[in-house]
Amino acid sequence: MRKSKTSKLAAGEAQFRAASDQSLLVSFGHQITLENHRSVLKLLRLLQSKPIDEIRNLHPAYCSLLIKFDPLRLDHHELQTRLAPYLARLQREPLAKPQHVEIPVCYGGEFGPDLNDMAARLDMTPAQAIALHSSPIYVVYFLGFAPGFAYLGGLPEALAFPRLETPRAKVPQGSVGIGGNQTAVYPFATPGGWRLIGRTPVAMFRRDQPRMNLLQIGDHVRFRPISKEEFAEFSSR
Amino acid sequence: MSGILVQVPGLFATIQDLGREGFGPIGVSASGAADAISLRIGNRLVGNPDGAAALEMTLVGGSFTFERAAAIAVTGADFGPSVDNVPLPMWTSIEIQKGQTVTLGPSRSGARAYLCIHGGIAVAPFLGSASTHVLSGLGGFEGRALRRGDRLDLGPPNAHFRKRTLSPKVLQSFEPRKIIRVTDGPQSDWFANASWKIFCESTFRITEQANRMGIRLEGRRIPANPSREMITEGVSLGAVQVPPLGQPIILFVEQQTTGGYPKIANVIAADLHSVGQFRPRDEIHFERIGLKEARSLLIRQEAILASKELLQECNPSI
Repeated sequence: MRKSKTSKLAAGEAQFRAASDQSLLVSFGHQITLENHRSVLKLLRLLQSKPIDEIRNLHPAYCSLLIKFDPLRLDHHELQTRLAPYLARLQREPLAKPQHVEIPVCYGGEFGPDLNDMAARLDMTPAQAIALHSSPIYVVYFLGFAPGFAYLGGLPEALAFPRLETPRAKVPQGSVGIGGNQTAVYPFATPGGWRLIGRTPVAMFRRDQPRMNLLQIGDHVRFRPISKEEFAEFSSR
Repeated sequence: MSGILVQVPGLFATIQDLGREGFGPIGVSASGAADAISLRIGNRLVGNPDGAAALEMTLVGGSFTFERAAAIAVTGADFGPSVDNVPLPMWTSIEIQKGQTVTLGPSRSGARAYLCIHGGIAVAPFLGSASTHVLSGLGGFEGRALRRGDRLDLGPPNAHFRKRTLSPKVLQSFEPRKIIRVTDGPQSDWFANASWKIFCESTFRITEQANRMGIRLEGRRIPANPSREMITEGVSLGAVQVPPLGQPIILFVEQQTTGGYPKIANVIAADLHSVGQFRPRDEIHFERIGLKEARSLLIRQEAILASKELLQECNPSI
């Protein structure tokens, strides 16, 4: 297996690395950029629309795609060869128009216990922090970590804030958090170290619907502030 | 409907099959049996397909009353299984009569035992699998570990069941290993020779924080190159990640699908079933091997599972 090169890559050029005896890591550079994200998304979509039989799973991330394959049926080199025509198509492969999703969020109070403290330490009012968080259009870079957990790009720099030193044992489902320069919604009650600024009544993972994940890779997302009353109304639906 | 009634659930019993592959793009990991070899052999002993749903018990087994006659096999670690207080041979198909109770106690060897039942345990599949994904509360029986009073339905029996037992030679070859073979992880070159020396030559102890998501180890600190900045990427089953404190974590069947710690190594596919049998306080070692060797070990393992001598006819009396 050839080790990764450190030289700068041309757009869409992939590096290969064995991650295990049954998985290959395909990387597009080492930076979180929209361009690298698009390369990951295109390769993912191509492999989903024209599957390679021996591939068992795909784990997309910021600028890489981990491919799990059946090691009894092929090895890393063969997989690399099989991927070549897919990678050659990346440049001219069009991307589907992103879906726009609005996520209602009740900020602060019991739903966002860290909002006031975080805003004060960022030298702004809670209202300013809410306005900043709900203004941009975020891009879903990928879903990972836990079912339906969407990694969003586009958090305003002014809102970047370090994680808690000690993670909470349980973050309530639907919590909206900020961790470093990332923001996301917790789809399930899980342990978590991000600062909680609000909560959405919308389910991020719905096992009873044909598409279980509310967000998918490549989607555009905007948060819309709602009141406690609206939150209660949403939840009772 | 009749099936089995959970009298005592034990420490942590879930329904598992061979997992759900293919849902990484929505953040759902494969899950599935922690010791897939024991599940597969157990299913074959009762005439099921390899991936039929069975009960996976952890460290301490439970007690289950059969509401109809069924053929079963108990595989994996030795939890001292019995039927109505009569000891039950492991790795052997046994016919249970209606009303009998199968009981498993505390582990005498590894971490996980499997109760496989002819026809399999019938639960509604979630994303194509009966496997329980505990963190998200999905799959299996109501997405959770079993509780007292739960009633599990069994799948329909088929006609092709024969009493058999696992060949003792094969059983020996699947004995869980304490020397775990690994191949290089995607960040293997972030670790200097001195770190690799620690990793391969020192003893690591399994901590209490060992579950289906991951297994935390403790041992000599493994320093990583601090100047490298990791970008979250997909993680593979059996990845050995090294957080800044230098105590490794093996990501396991119910793993997070992506992660942000550097990974020095990855457990080879042929040794994953051994990881499923780690108990807290067990001591293990790592052995670094190449990809070619890892692949031939897996091919050899599958050849044993495919061999005609795997199961032998028997007529056990209990």
